[in-house]
Amino acid sequence: MTQTVLNCGYVPLVDCAPLIVAKELGFAAEEGLSLNLVAQPSWSATRDMLALGHLDVAHMLSPMPIAMSLGYGGLPGEIDALMVLSVNGTVFGISTQLADGLRAASVGPAFGEVGDMLQNIAGLGTTRLRIGVPFHYSMHRLLLEYWLQGQGDLDGLEIEIVTIPPPRMADAVADGHIDAFWVGEPWGSAAVARGAAELVLPGTAVWGFAPEKVLAARHDWVETRSDDARRLIRALYQAMRWLDAARNKPLAVEILARSEHLNIAPELIDPAISGALTPVQGASPVSVEQFLLFHKHAAHFPWRSQAAWIAARLGAGAEGIARAKQCFRADIYRDVLGPTGADLPGASEKVEGSMRHATAVASTRGHMILGPDAFFDGRTFDFTPKT
Amino acid sequence: MSRDLSILVVEADPQKARDIIDALMEAGWSDVHALAQTAGLEREIKAREPDIVLIDVANPDRDMLEHLSLASDSKSRAVAMFVDKTDDDLTQAALAAGVSAYVVDGLQMNRIKSVLETAIARFQLLRQMQSELDAAKRALEDRKTLDRAKGILMRQRGVSEDEAYQLLRKTAMDQGRKVIDVAQALVTAADLLA
Repeated sequence: MTQTVLNCGYVPLVDCAPLIVAKELGFAAEEGLSLNLVAQPSWSATRDMLALGHLDVAHMLSPMPIAMSLGYGGLPGEIDALMVLSVNGTVFGISTQLADGLRAASVGPAFGEVGDMLQNIAGLGTTRLRIGVPFHYSMHRLLLEYWLQGQGDLDGLEIEIVTIPPPRMADAVADGHIDAFWVGEPWGSAAVARGAAELVLPGTAVWGFAPEKVLAARHDWVETRSDDARRLIRALYQAMRWLDAARNKPLAVEILARSEHLNIAPELIDPAISGALTPVQGASPVSVEQFLLFHKHAAHFPWRSQAAWIAARLGAGAEGIARAKQCFRADIYRDVLGPTGADLPGASEKVEGSMRHATAVASTRGHMILGPDAFFDGRTFDFTPKT
Repeated sequence: MSRDLSILVVEADPQKARDIIDALMEAGWSDVHALAQTAGLEREIKAREPDIVLIDVANPDRDMLEHLSLASDSKSRAVAMFVDKTDDDLTQAALAAGVSAYVVDGLQMNRIKSVLETAIARFQLLRQMQSELDAAKRALEDRKTLDRAKGILMRQRGVSEDEAYQLLRKTAMDQGRKVIDVAQALVTAADLLA
């Protein structure tokens, strides 16, 4: 059988796992697809190559298709998100030097419990805190800014957010260019492993269920290559289901570590896949609930309300939010996966942040468990049109 | 074509950087600087405020560069990029999509001149379109202010629209001001009194 070749861009991070697994374990081949995985040097390059047609699809930061469709940033384009490729998986860390300073003042950070950490940092006499994020249009920056807004009076501490390519985050914090970072795995664990930083917060502490990466494609490509798009969605669904099964995780780490597509040591892949992070060099790993999800709780479903939250945080008005919802193609997802027997949520929008605990909701096959998706400050976001 | 643009070349390989600078100089651009260490990129851009930054398409620091352009009004700076192999399709697609400059074959220096000229012409066209767009937006805003000012006069003084406009015009002429400034003052005053 001849296979259709799809040029698929990705940035070498642990959360590109669905693409690698779909290729290596033959899920793509079963759908008649041959995935040509093309590593990208930066998010800007990924965006340009997708917009200009050199890539058919790409592993992208969830805010990117929305930013592009709304005309923000370098290169505009009508880009759709066909499914969410991963939920959560990011960490906030501070330099070892800063953590030592806090400990000396008896206000050392405890992983997951930051309390008044920023005020304590200001109390050390620090006037400026430089925080690295991977890209301007990233969930990392949106979560960081959302969290910062809820931190009250910072006693004059000035926060500066700078963009640093993730593979260089550890170097940047080691040589004092930045004091803290918000980054995706393996780069948080990599900074800890070389003693440059300590992790203080998993992304889940700010938003329990944040869409992190999406499968992005040009809107016109999705129309003209509808059949290929559908086959890819089915293949990735199988790959993500495989990835989230507990019994497959050790093998998943092995496959990713051996893959020519990721040049990352197994000990740096394991924390994200197993959800057990080592916050401080030499400490015991801490298990983080739903640290990185691929399949559980319908992680791959492209909720239109997630798109709306992103658009609102990017500063879009009602019109932009409505446009953003159209980018997250819940319609195609339902159309493709419904007939395969996959369980689908009853609605395509939810009130983001309303589930403090895992909750059973109506689905096409009865009930499915969603969430928790709470925000750290307990806020909820309802983007359904008011009637 | 203007040759007084300031250009910053980000290239780690010293030989390649020299070749690029030579080609740019030969083509008539004299305000050219090279930067090998990307660690200093942010500082260098802030200090020099270059009109154009040339950076390899495969350079991971592009994301940092984009952030800097966003922070400092991206519309005022063209971003051009190098790739190592000639790809005319990509060049065309990039130009059509609105990237100021995209592909220069890093090894074929004779192409730098023509590609950069195209890029700069395009960049200036975009900048001009942007300023025209800004002007159109301002005109629309002025129109709204003028309509509100006329409405206020029509209600308060019981005059027709035409008379309201004549009143604004006369006041402006008497005071040596622009009609829009008088209208703005009236709208502001009415808002304060409301």
